[in-house]
Amino acid sequence: MIYITMFIAAVFVNNIVLSQFLGICPFLGVSKKINTAVGMTGAVAFVITLSTLITWLVYTYLLKPFNLDYLQTIAFILIIASLVQLVEIVLKKISPALYQSLGVYLPLISTNCCILGVAILVIQKDYNLLESVVYAFSTACGFGLALILFAGIREQLALLRVPKGMQGMPIALLTAGLLALAFMGFSGIVKL
Amino acid sequence: MKNKFGIVLNGLITENPTFVLMLGMCPTLATTTSALNGMGMGLATSFVLICSNLVISLLKNIIPDNVRIPSFIVVIASFVTLLEMIMKAYVPDLYESLGLFIPLIVVNCIVLGRAEAFASKNNPFDSLLDGLGIGLGFTFALTLLGMVREFLGAGTFFGLQVFPEQYGALVFILAPGAFITLAYLLAIMNKIRKVS
Amino acid sequence: MKKLESSLTNMMLVLGGIAIVASALLAWVNVLTAEPVRQAEIAKQEKAIKDVTPAFDNSPVADRYEVTTPAGEVLACYPARKGGELQGIAVESYSEKGFSGHISVMVGFTPDGSIYNYSVLKQGETPGLGAKMGTWFKTEKNRQDIRGKNPASDNMTVSKDGGEVDAITAATISSRAFLDAVGRAYEGFAVSQGVNALPNDSADAVSGATAIVEPSNPSSNEE
Repeated sequence: MIYITMFIAAVFVNNIVLSQFLGICPFLGVSKKINTAVGMTGAVAFVITLSTLITWLVYTYLLKPFNLDYLQTIAFILIIASLVQLVEIVLKKISPALYQSLGVYLPLISTNCCILGVAILVIQKDYNLLESVVYAFSTACGFGLALILFAGIREQLALLRVPKGMQGMPIALLTAGLLALAFMGFSGIVKL
Repeated sequence: MKNKFGIVLNGLITENPTFVLMLGMCPTLATTTSALNGMGMGLATSFVLICSNLVISLLKNIIPDNVRIPSFIVVIASFVTLLEMIMKAYVPDLYESLGLFIPLIVVNCIVLGRAEAFASKNNPFDSLLDGLGIGLGFTFALTLLGMVREFLGAGTFFGLQVFPEQYGALVFILAPGAFITLAYLLAIMNKIRKVS
Repeated sequence: MKKLESSLTNMMLVLGGIAIVASALLAWVNVLTAEPVRQAEIAKQEKAIKDVTPAFDNSPVADRYEVTTPAGEVLACYPARKGGELQGIAVESYSEKGFSGHISVMVGFTPDGSIYNYSVLKQGETPGLGAKMGTWFKTEKNRQDIRGKNPASDNMTVSKDGGEVDAITAATISSRAFLDAVGRAYEGFAVSQGVNALPNDSADAVSGATAIVEPSNPSSNEE
């Protein structure tokens, strides 16, 4: 039950992009087409779940027992960066089809702050292993939902006439603001 | 000398990381609920940017190309951790209000971007100036955004009450306000740049 | 100086070297800042205690003790003494009922059990709404102010629930959670002073036995 609450909270209430402001760069960068948005979501969901799993294990069994908490940031970012590389190599060997669809997004992911953000958040919130993984996956779903919705709106937006000064980024940000406003309507439906 | 000044100015205006390059959007939107928070975040990022630019520029010749990015990341992450410890010890209040976004400076695209695009190709002094310029540009943008949001949302200017709080439009302090304020600021900047 | 080649040894050496230097530097700074960090934490706690109790000359943090409320919650108490005489007790309490979950507060009681002052230590309520709890309940306006009230005799619930405290505008849930935390703090105080706790043991209802708790109408835009 708690996992369902957690899922709803992470997807709707505390949406990682629209209310926590993590992963804004890919949110603005790869949201021009729905197809790319879907690809990016897949890649993020994959990496975020895997990296949270590994960083949690490393923190709990390696950093914590030896009082090396202060190396957390360095350790996590290195794990994430090498994991992304590893996933890229393995994927290329094992499943070229999957690599075709996700491959181009992988290099972009290492600088996606929601990956590192979630890895640190689950440590801060003292989640256990299962909770961490569920939380990471739910967050990725929330990221995907926001990204795909936003891409859908932007596809339509491209066909409209927008005042000159607002073209490009400003109108995209304004749209994101309205989307965030809509998501605020979910606040309070579940508590964590 | 004019050239050196140009490097700083370039980061501050011509290549302003927020308004022109559109980099580092997460902290820009998340920490600007007040002018002071925005400024704190900007200065924290500037510190990391200046230090990492300098060190990376000093080390650029002994780092083999293939491990360039990992080395940069380690250098940046060390400075971020350093900053984290110092802030926790001496400005705990600011540290708490910026929270997660301090460790996340590591993945701020501005820092790695400048290391790759400028520090790894130029001499240490120029890199330092570039870090300073970009850092100031970032700080300026964040402070401005924070100022507007704080003023519209809570009716205060750097914490000073300008008009009664109940007339403030709360939405500007909440998440949607961040997007909307930045959208209009960008539109205004676009307009100004076209005119000049 | 020529750029080093990307041979395996070079790469290993450089990356390893940077990593070792970096971690050594961090370890050193970590030791260096450990003391100031601890000091800052104590200072923060002491300031919170100072804000909520009458003037004292002992060190409440050093005299800290824990009590267990009838409901089984463990709360930290910080006694404030002057010249050996008890001036008040700061109780660190919490509530899980906030709009965004956990809230933690420090509530100061004078020895007779009335609230001297409070301060909110941690909350994640909506800025501009629930987050106003830090000042709202010590503003002298209508029935907002809870200072000077005694939870044993006053009905410390929001007026919507039949109580005597005005809730934060548009933030009833946050207000309820705040008062829940205050009530819990009082239970801790009562246990520590051997005073009879509130008539009902449940920590949820801080209301006295005579209070009529009306079912509140949940409206979605209120928190």
